[in-house]
Amino acid sequence: MESWEIIRSVPYILGGGLYTILLVVGALALGFAIGLPLAALEAYGPRPLAKLLGVYVWFFRGVPILVLLFLVFFGLYSSIESFILSHFGARVSFSPFSASLLALGLASSAYQSQIFRGAILSLPRGQFKAALALGFSRPGAVLYVVLPQALRLSIPGWTNEFSILLKDSAVAYVLGTMEIMARAKILATFTYRHVAYYALAGVLYFALTFLGVRLLRYISRETRIPGLGQEI
Amino acid sequence: MRTPSSPPPPGPLLNVVGVSKSLGGKLLLDRVSLSLNRGELKVLIGPSGGGKSTLLQCIHFLLAPDEGDVFLDGVSAREMGKKNIRSFRQEIGMIFQDFNLFDHLSAQNNVAIALRRVKKIPKKEALERARLELRRVGLSGKEELYPAQLSGGQKQRVSIARALAMDPKIMLLDEPTSALDPELIGEVLNVIQDLSEGGMTMLMVTHQVGFASHLTEEILFMENGRITESGPPALLLGEASRSRTYEFCSKFMEISGRDPAAARPSSK
Amino acid sequence: MPMGTFDFYANVLIPALNHGLWISVKIIVPSSLLGIAIGILVGAGRALGNAWLTRVLNAYVALFRGTPLVVQLMMWFYGLPSLSLWLEKNFGPGAAPVADLFRLSPYAASVIAFAMCSGAYQSEYIRGALLSIKRGQFLAALSLGFTKSQAFWSVTLPVALRRALPGCGNEIVYLIKYSSLAMLVTMNELTGETKAIASLYFRHLECYLLTALYYLALVTLATVFLRRLEKALSVPGERID
Repeated sequence: MESWEIIRSVPYILGGGLYTILLVVGALALGFAIGLPLAALEAYGPRPLAKLLGVYVWFFRGVPILVLLFLVFFGLYSSIESFILSHFGARVSFSPFSASLLALGLASSAYQSQIFRGAILSLPRGQFKAALALGFSRPGAVLYVVLPQALRLSIPGWTNEFSILLKDSAVAYVLGTMEIMARAKILATFTYRHVAYYALAGVLYFALTFLGVRLLRYISRETRIPGLGQEI
Repeated sequence: MRTPSSPPPPGPLLNVVGVSKSLGGKLLLDRVSLSLNRGELKVLIGPSGGGKSTLLQCIHFLLAPDEGDVFLDGVSAREMGKKNIRSFRQEIGMIFQDFNLFDHLSAQNNVAIALRRVKKIPKKEALERARLELRRVGLSGKEELYPAQLSGGQKQRVSIARALAMDPKIMLLDEPTSALDPELIGEVLNVIQDLSEGGMTMLMVTHQVGFASHLTEEILFMENGRITESGPPALLLGEASRSRTYEFCSKFMEISGRDPAAARPSSK
Repeated sequence: MPMGTFDFYANVLIPALNHGLWISVKIIVPSSLLGIAIGILVGAGRALGNAWLTRVLNAYVALFRGTPLVVQLMMWFYGLPSLSLWLEKNFGPGAAPVADLFRLSPYAASVIAFAMCSGAYQSEYIRGALLSIKRGQFLAALSLGFTKSQAFWSVTLPVALRRALPGCGNEIVYLIKYSSLAMLVTMNELTGETKAIASLYFRHLECYLLTALYYLALVTLATVFLRRLEKALSVPGERID
């Protein structure tokens, strides 16, 4: 009877998996959109800017994800909401999901920038020079010569970042984002069957990590270029 | 820049006037001047650290000179300003010691990418041009190979094809054979010889004195950031000249066991 | 609760954060030391043990690296006591001494959870370092008359630990940040204290920003200390980066 209850709850927790996937894919994308230009500027941009960006990376790498979640949701969001209320008289509220996405994405951007920066710096500088000699502009040389290679070299690091982000996304339950962990916790608290539900959540995270890593490994194989980077 | 139909202006094709460059408080180039006429090949020789590579990079404005200017076909590089320096660079082909091929692109795409992204030539046309340039350096059939799959000599020939595809008015070659295994040097030298005989204007840094002295009218000897000696090879490399060039080259040749003025590139 | 900003900082926030910081340190230090101890044992077992042991330890590492730390923490704190209920139900009052062992305090649950998870990651670095050491050094020690275990403890392990240090240090920095999760099992450590004060006084932004600075200070200090340690222990010819 009791095990029937647990089995019946599987679709409910699987539904949380959808939010987990959205959260992780969204945060990876946000982290990529910020992290890649950040890395390019850190490696090939003007010195003072690179220093400044270093501070950004230091901050988001050093602050725990839990604190970032609270900072964005309770700190940033409520400040913006009360600002809008007092200046425009409008009552707005942002969703916990978007706060989780933002916090995870910002944290990931710092890590991703380090992955890309490492890859960029590992490329021989001569290729950049050769591109300039052919008449490429500096941004053009970065875009067409440096980045395609750096991205290829970054796939192993990026795979690692995916699995870290997936596990970190579980912390987002504290804001009430209804992903896997949040649903497992609700069920565990109501039924007092902690072991069963957390184990179920654990299995799901394990499976998602496995599938994601498999997918990235496939991409890595498909984009293989002779002599460039190693397999994961 | 000038349209192709207008007659070339009189005077040298390349004119380097009083170029100086310091890096990190060290004077690397000290008021260097030189000029090349259309179709001429000049050879730059000298000890390492003497400023040869720096000079080539300054001519290309990859390093902006502190003083002096470079004129190509009478056009001042300095007056081009930061914005237009790229079109100036396109007219000068540069060959590097360690090839600097783009590792993520096949040989054909290595040649085509600047045509497509810099000259904005349509993909199909650019690839066709790349194929022709690769054939010109004897690499037909290697179009699809990546740099990691090519030998050193083949890599250097791809890099020459890459530079040629941009239709440069002049080529700067920075020790094009010194990173190559001895048995691969010949194939690159043959390509350079063909280019020179075809009328390409070239300034080449090399230690292949024997080869160079057969192709060039003038050797420039560079030391401590200055061109200290210059003249036809027969004169500078003659034992009676008591020149620094002879002294330097004979030391060089003792190692490889050859007479400075003897060696010729292997005939095809 | 009307209160001046200075008063708030000097008399409320900073004392609370300092108190939370102290509790955080009391979590971080033992769990990172335990984590390293587990990492060395598990790492050595995986690199040098027989096939059976290696398989068991690999499963442990896969399990603890493959699932989120929050889930593990909930298991230790909420899952184990429900096991003890089950024990008592099925084995009667006689099982009580064992069952009581499973009722972990929030502090014990946090330290165990962090140490077990961290140990799994640490073992990866130790294992990698052990495998990277040439067998020749070990054989040389044997030829000098060392026993196998002497050779391991006095030759192979010290060299491996030095090689594993950058990775292990990184892992400790992670642990410092993840110690914040202890508030989810009711610990009043740095993040828990902050949340309490922030909601009580409704001054979220400044509270969490200051907490962020506390963590940045901790992480930066740890990083600097570990880098010093690496330098102090560096052997000429060994490259660290």
